[in-house]
Amino acid sequence: MPQPVVVTGIGVICAIGNTREEFCRSLREGRCGIAEITLADVSGLRFRNGAEVRGYQPERYFEPRQIDMIDRFAQFAAIAAREAVADAAVEWTDELRERCAIVTGACVGGQSTEDQGFWDVYKMGKPRVHPMTIPRTMANAGASYISMDLGLTGPAWTVSTACSSSNHAIGQAFRMVRSGDADMAIAGGSEATFSFGILKAWEAMRVVSGDTCRPFSKDRSGMILGEGGAMLVLERLDRALARGAKVYCEVIGFGMSADARHITQPSVDGPARAMRMALRDGNADPEAVDYINAHGTGTEANDSTETAAIRQVFGEHARRLTVSSTKSMHGHALGAAGAIEAAATALAMRDGFIPPTVNYRVPDPRCDLDVAPNESRSARIDCAMSNSFAFGGLNAVLLFRRLRGT
Amino acid sequence: MPDNVTEEVIDVIAETQRMPREKIALDSRFEELGLDSMDAVNILFALEEKFDITIPDEAAKQIRSIREMVDGVQRLVDAKALQ
Repeated sequence: MPQPVVVTGIGVICAIGNTREEFCRSLREGRCGIAEITLADVSGLRFRNGAEVRGYQPERYFEPRQIDMIDRFAQFAAIAAREAVADAAVEWTDELRERCAIVTGACVGGQSTEDQGFWDVYKMGKPRVHPMTIPRTMANAGASYISMDLGLTGPAWTVSTACSSSNHAIGQAFRMVRSGDADMAIAGGSEATFSFGILKAWEAMRVVSGDTCRPFSKDRSGMILGEGGAMLVLERLDRALARGAKVYCEVIGFGMSADARHITQPSVDGPARAMRMALRDGNADPEAVDYINAHGTGTEANDSTETAAIRQVFGEHARRLTVSSTKSMHGHALGAAGAIEAAATALAMRDGFIPPTVNYRVPDPRCDLDVAPNESRSARIDCAMSNSFAFGGLNAVLLFRRLRGT
Repeated sequence: MPDNVTEEVIDVIAETQRMPREKIALDSRFEELGLDSMDAVNILFALEEKFDITIPDEAAKQIRSIREMVDGVQRLVDAKALQ
């Protein structure tokens, strides 16, 4: 018997907030977290700007010995998970520790650690790399440290589907809880991409803006890389109600698809099928959706194809719903993007506002949706969708609904 | 325009795209040759390597034909010679 699944906890650390509530205030104020990159030397790069976590002091969260063991990306995973679990006021029992799943998303994972090691051996001619290079680099380090940090012994794994990673992670966790395979799940993603070698690889793709991120604006010039982590606590509605937990919203649908077309060029059809599947999975009419947190990278190709896909799925209703890209504020955090945006969506539903698409300047006829330009709006959101579309043509879409009677 | 840059640019495209050289004319447009934006990025990379130049993103976005590519490379090669 499928069980309704609700979000009862949220944790976030990213460029526009080192805590959930700071993140939420920034979304509402339309604060852009994009600035010159400080974590890597940008003098040899064609772009200078990124969305870094500001004022991050790992020693505030971890023992010095732990910091040596854990790459920045996995630190963000553990920090977000701690905040989400505290927010949900979870009371752990041995049984719950075994019945709680952890599913994390990561694209780059600990490649910054690897990049440093490669620099040491190739460039500096050192005879050895740091002995923790392998466990720091592995993409599942985030899931592993969450399990160790909280003493969780149930199913735990990591999904890597580039920019869709954490939507796939949340979707899988949602299905485990819905089917009864788990009573609770901690799901989301984390990323820390600001290492010179990784930035050079992005530069070579020619998709990063030399300016800032301007999703859906005619003068958009590409994406801006971001970093951070976000985790949701998902649990069965009956268990959440029984323990008197506060509920942000229900997760009602998850859709995924593959474009099967091109390794980097997005398609209209693949994303449209994932959105339809999420609606079908949640037994929701397209007309029920009030808000879409778009993939909205700010690249020429994404924003126009995403607009076309939304038009294809929602028809006339596409004119009535609001679509915004919060990447304009927190940057594109790759494997953490879907989780940060799911958190943004759930917080927007809680507080009754639509987060804006900031840095918007010029209307583009190929992106002719209501994109909430530059300023947030007060609005009751009853049903919201969050899109993630990855390089490699792998799409993952989540659907959320306000819990009845709230 | 010296012919050697033209010839070398066409060589690079033929090589990176595994395309018969005779298919590529100075007036060919990318879409006629079946080149998409990722192919263009690969070609730009090979040209930067071959001529030891840096092609800015903004300039790269405007290029749609072999002639525009040759002109752009020529300008950068000339600028480099003046330095």
